[in-house]
Amino acid sequence: MTQTTVEAHEVKQSANGRLVADQVTVGYGEEPVVHDVSLRIPDGKVTTIIGPNGCGKSTLLRTLSRLLTPSSGTVVLDGAPIGSRSAKQLARTLALLPQSPIAPEGLLVRDLVGRGRHPHQRWFQQWSHGDEEIVTDAMRWTGILDLADRPVDALSGGQRQRVWIAMTLAQHTDLVLLDEPTTYLDLAYQVDVLDLVCRLNRERGATVAMVLHDLNLAVRFSDHLVVMRAGRLVAQGDPGQILTAELLMEVFGLDADIVADPRTGIPMVVPRGQKTGG
Amino acid sequence: MSVTTERLRPAVRVGPTSWRLHPRAVLCSVVAAVLVAVLLVVDLAYGDLKIPFVDVVRALLGDSSGVNAFIVRDVRLPEAAVALLAGLALGLSGALIQTIARNPLASPDVIGVNAGAAAGAVGYIVLFAAADTGAPSGISADLAIPAAAFAGALIATALLYAAGWRRGLDGRRLVLVGIGIAAALTACTSWLLVAARLQTAASAQVWLSGSLNGVTSSNALWLLGVFVIVAPVALWQGSSLNIVELGDDTAHALGVRPGRAQAVALLCAVLLAAVAVSAVGPIGFVAFVCPQIARRLAGTSRPPLLTSALAGAGLVLVADVITRLWLTGLAVGVVTSLVGAPYFIYLLIRTQKDPS
Repeated sequence: MTQTTVEAHEVKQSANGRLVADQVTVGYGEEPVVHDVSLRIPDGKVTTIIGPNGCGKSTLLRTLSRLLTPSSGTVVLDGAPIGSRSAKQLARTLALLPQSPIAPEGLLVRDLVGRGRHPHQRWFQQWSHGDEEIVTDAMRWTGILDLADRPVDALSGGQRQRVWIAMTLAQHTDLVLLDEPTTYLDLAYQVDVLDLVCRLNRERGATVAMVLHDLNLAVRFSDHLVVMRAGRLVAQGDPGQILTAELLMEVFGLDADIVADPRTGIPMVVPRGQKTGG
Repeated sequence: MSVTTERLRPAVRVGPTSWRLHPRAVLCSVVAAVLVAVLLVVDLAYGDLKIPFVDVVRALLGDSSGVNAFIVRDVRLPEAAVALLAGLALGLSGALIQTIARNPLASPDVIGVNAGAAAGAVGYIVLFAAADTGAPSGISADLAIPAAAFAGALIATALLYAAGWRRGLDGRRLVLVGIGIAAALTACTSWLLVAARLQTAASAQVWLSGSLNGVTSSNALWLLGVFVIVAPVALWQGSSLNIVELGDDTAHALGVRPGRAQAVALLCAVLLAAVAVSAVGPIGFVAFVCPQIARRLAGTSRPPLLTSALAGAGLVLVADVITRLWLTGLAVGVVTSLVGAPYFIYLLIRTQKDPS
């Protein structure tokens, strides 16, 4: 526990990371929601930020993607402050899937995915052969090619999330940030979406950073775990190493056992409920 | 140049340029444009004297000999041109506002642009024109009322920006604040009418019902000038608006600053509505209904800008023909409201049933 708990200033930095938060404090009003957080999103890995409700994990992710501007500290991408590039330039490097994107009534799947090309287009160049190929590829890869002519609002939650991920993919960026991509989905669809996210990393080499609610899924699908509580960073590192019963108690106030998945050996969180606990 | 029909979208590509085609939307705007042209000819042909369509077309194409050509070009064209341009401007304005507010119930008449124009025009009529001295010196009479209306509409919009803008633009907030501002300004107008002498109040009432009677070629030129400058800027916003309609967060993520795109679009929309309403009076429901009709016809997710403008022109021209042929004495604005109000109620009921 002692070697994995991080003091705010002495973040143990992974060797490589293009996206870095440097002593970032950010809030919506007077009260900061994220206090003095420094971290580096490791390249080529899946990083997941977890923590109890209201701990500032979404705020941190939104700050990393420049949706929010820190009140102090900076977010640095490829060595330059993230605010120094134009909105379009940033959108060619970093994609973000927000928590509740709006699918306008009647918008077709192929058109929504096509809009992921916007950062690469200019007013006289709106649908090149390249755009066509990339969008088709994104839809094939996410398994929604057959849904191309359907309106997005007519799809199920799981299908819709695939469509949004396809749009993010069409953006063709090295960095992909996802804010709670599994919210409101049934467990089977949650696993389905996270499988897709992992393939995005393994097969396409994208650096992924996301916020998740479910501890077990976070552990199962991430290479790197960032744990937050009350706006501060509590621990980060390999899920298998940092996840301990003490940490769960400290961060979530959760009395739970950590056991190994009999099939994969991945740690699982098993809460001790009132009924069976003791 | 190549036109391809690939799996996703047919595209037109010339050298390095490329455009995506939405066949149904393109077909819609072509059909709408043809309809508007036909309606314009019909509008010019009918009146106290029926003029053959051939003569109308010939006069429009530049033949200025003969009585018919004189009637078409010098007597009727200003009114028809104002109807056409005001319709285009209102339709485009409505499409822009509904897109940035992400709300089919938003339109310049709902958010107070019309009420502002009405307060400006009636204020001018009651305070200045009532004094029997005519217009203040230096302003020609037929532009004084439009100028006052335009100023009123811009003041209403300034109020809307001041009260409705909170780190960006929220559709519901825009509509609610706009309805409030419209109500306050309508109250001002009513007070002015009550305070005014009967004769003045009557002439103000004529303007208020939205009338094409008495428009002149200077109205038409003023309208044309503003439209030619503002409409291209508005159409330019099209691809950004495609992104803005996905929500503020997604827009940021795709490299569009939603606040800026919305501010530009709202400014264009207000200028277009203000100049249209100042020329013809607060013609109701055109800006509100036409974009929704166009959207349903074209099968697009947001109101298509060009088709909405053409639909607006079509509705105003139809109303103009109807008031001239059958409902003489009734103002154009009354006819457009008769068409629009039931549709407004239908949409309200539908929106309540469907929470999304």
